[in-house]
Amino acid sequence: MKSQAPQSNSPKRRGPVLGLTARAWLFVAPVLLALVVVVGYPVVRAVIMSFQKDAGIDKSTGMFVEGGSAGFGNYTHWLLQQCTNSLGETVSCPTGNGGSEFWAAVGVTFFFAVVTVSLEATIGLGMAMIMGKTFKGRALLRAAVLIPWAIPTAVTARLWEFMFQYDGVVNRVFGTHIVWTVEGWPARFAVIIADVWKTTPFMALLILAGLQVIPEDVYEAAKVDGASAWQRFWNITMPLLKPALLVAVLFRTMDALRLYDLPAIMTQDLGATRTISTLVVQQSRSGANSASALSIITFLLIFAVAFVLVKGLGANAVRTQEAQREAH
Amino acid sequence: MALKSVSSLRSTLVPRAVLAVTSAALLTATLATGCSSSSSSSNAISENLTGRGPITYVEGKDTTETGAVKQLIDRWNAAHPDEKVTFKEQSSDANQQLDDLKQHMQAKASDYDVVALDVPWTAQFAAKGWIQPLKDSFAIDTSTLLSPPVASATYNGTLYGAPRNTNGGLLFYRKDLAPEPPKTWAEMISMCPKAKEAGIGCYAGQLAPYEGLTVNTAEVINAFGGSFVGPDGKTPTVNTPQAKQGLQTLVDAYKNDDMPKEALSFKEPESQNAFTSGKLMFMRGWPSSFGDAGADASAVKDKFGVAPLPGKDGIGASTLGGYNAAISAFSKNKATALDFLRYLISEDAQHIVAQGGLPSVRASVYDDPALIAKMPYLPALKDSIASAVPRPVTPFYDAVSKAIQDNAFAALQGTKSVDDAIAGMQKGIETAGS
Repeated sequence: MKSQAPQSNSPKRRGPVLGLTARAWLFVAPVLLALVVVVGYPVVRAVIMSFQKDAGIDKSTGMFVEGGSAGFGNYTHWLLQQCTNSLGETVSCPTGNGGSEFWAAVGVTFFFAVVTVSLEATIGLGMAMIMGKTFKGRALLRAAVLIPWAIPTAVTARLWEFMFQYDGVVNRVFGTHIVWTVEGWPARFAVIIADVWKTTPFMALLILAGLQVIPEDVYEAAKVDGASAWQRFWNITMPLLKPALLVAVLFRTMDALRLYDLPAIMTQDLGATRTISTLVVQQSRSGANSASALSIITFLLIFAVAFVLVKGLGANAVRTQEAQREAH
Repeated sequence: MALKSVSSLRSTLVPRAVLAVTSAALLTATLATGCSSSSSSSNAISENLTGRGPITYVEGKDTTETGAVKQLIDRWNAAHPDEKVTFKEQSSDANQQLDDLKQHMQAKASDYDVVALDVPWTAQFAAKGWIQPLKDSFAIDTSTLLSPPVASATYNGTLYGAPRNTNGGLLFYRKDLAPEPPKTWAEMISMCPKAKEAGIGCYAGQLAPYEGLTVNTAEVINAFGGSFVGPDGKTPTVNTPQAKQGLQTLVDAYKNDDMPKEALSFKEPESQNAFTSGKLMFMRGWPSSFGDAGADASAVKDKFGVAPLPGKDGIGASTLGGYNAAISAFSKNKATALDFLRYLISEDAQHIVAQGGLPSVRASVYDDPALIAKMPYLPALKDSIASAVPRPVTPFYDAVSKAIQDNAFAALQGTKSVDDAIAGMQKGIETAGS
């Protein structure tokens, strides 16, 4: 593929290299500038803010005064759960103070991410296998499956909130008396169900796209060789599907780590379902600078996860393809 | 064919990850820069004190049937052709109103002259130096007003706003089951077996983990003589036997099934729904629930009454709602703005306010027979407001409210003892703003 690149087709196309690069840069410059303004500025500003103290009260006047430099104070507030009491001493943050909730929120966020993404990948794979088969009404099924994905998340959250109400459908169908939206584990369960319902179709479609490109003749050859259905799935479908599956998992993991709307709407300010994002929003009401620090921490966390996924799993996916190419 | 699309997948993998990371960065950055703090503006407070001219009044969407705010302004404008007031109507969402106000104040913008502040915002705006202290030449006469609303507009011993309208909690009760409304918590709880006989819940308020839980917790703690912060708006005062007794009362009621199990998920609509569909004997609610409870669709249409909230030995302590009108420190026409505040608390203006269904800050309005005929809850509301307590007046209201909510919720769920919860509130208030 690479050798076909039309660089050396005619001498006319060969201009002065530096001039060409300069012109290229000229064309790209507006976009880069826009990116710096749109992406760079807020990030840099957030970083600067995160090293400043939130405004505090001057006891003698009762008026707010600027907090000044905080050093890493805002970061230790979250990471080490350190708060300042009215005497100015550093104490460990009590319940009800955002600082005490950081690690719990990280735990909840990662728990949601791991559980929802695994469920979505598994169920999505199953749905894709079914949708990949040829049968009557397949087009209709494929369209219908997309409905949960098409509904705005806020609406989804409301919908499930109603279903999980005390006198809602869920309790009636199962004859239970659980107050889903305020009890710890039931509330987490409710959020997970809603998230899986909403995003499994997305997963299924991405996986389906991966399935569609596996050539039928490979299966037929395997069948001729006497491979069982399980062997065909495990030795043909899974390896060939892996790259598509990994992209889908990567996407969803990033999304899940930023989860905000479902818990915020379905369960209000409940501690048991507080994710990092809901904590950021909550904190930004009382202190913009400490909220900035939390945002930066969140960003680094998500970045680290993305990096690990791309480096670890992504490289793996690439190797699989290269192995395939060699095999061909 | 297969290889081609697989390799295109590979080549998009990394850019997509970068895209995802970038959008994560954008999301977090926008959240963080949503609002930033600014220094206090003591200079602005001493400027433009004698300025006269047209001004702008800013308030959330006017949802009264009578268009009370428009009426107020029309009447003023008719009398003051040279100092007309323009109504800048904000969204009906309280958080959006607050964000809008904060942004204008941070920018020191002079286009908002008089702003309507929800009661708990007042202290923060005062401490930021965003609103004019109403003292010395800016003093207004509040001696004829109900004192709790005045207290809600007072920070650090100084009045910062004119109470525009107030609001108080009421006990809605089933007349058919409880001919006489209970005056105390003990009395109310002793009536609960009747509710059980009827197969309905006894009492509910708004106990879901949100602002309503702060209000309900504050009411019961205040009713038993507890408080949250000292007059400086910072020193915590909640760790007292009185506050513990108050919270214990609420927790016991929940534990002993005097409140339905689902009460912990109730916000205003759910509790109102439970009462109007006949599933509750007592409900703590705002006057705005009166209309729905008396509507034709209500199962308790002619079977309910309203009373002040129950307390320890008598009438309880309602948490105050309502709005205060304050002058922006950055206004150019502060003299006009001051006249407008005085007008807002006048007898005439307060009648317009009351007719719009917004509880007035003037005691006399509650005794108007014509209004009582239209709003039969007025006498009970008057008693309720007279013994009401403002929400903790503190510039760190958000953090204080959260400390109250989280701890009270843990106590109700039984994951924390009442003692621990109260101690937690104390510590939470102590570290609020850090």
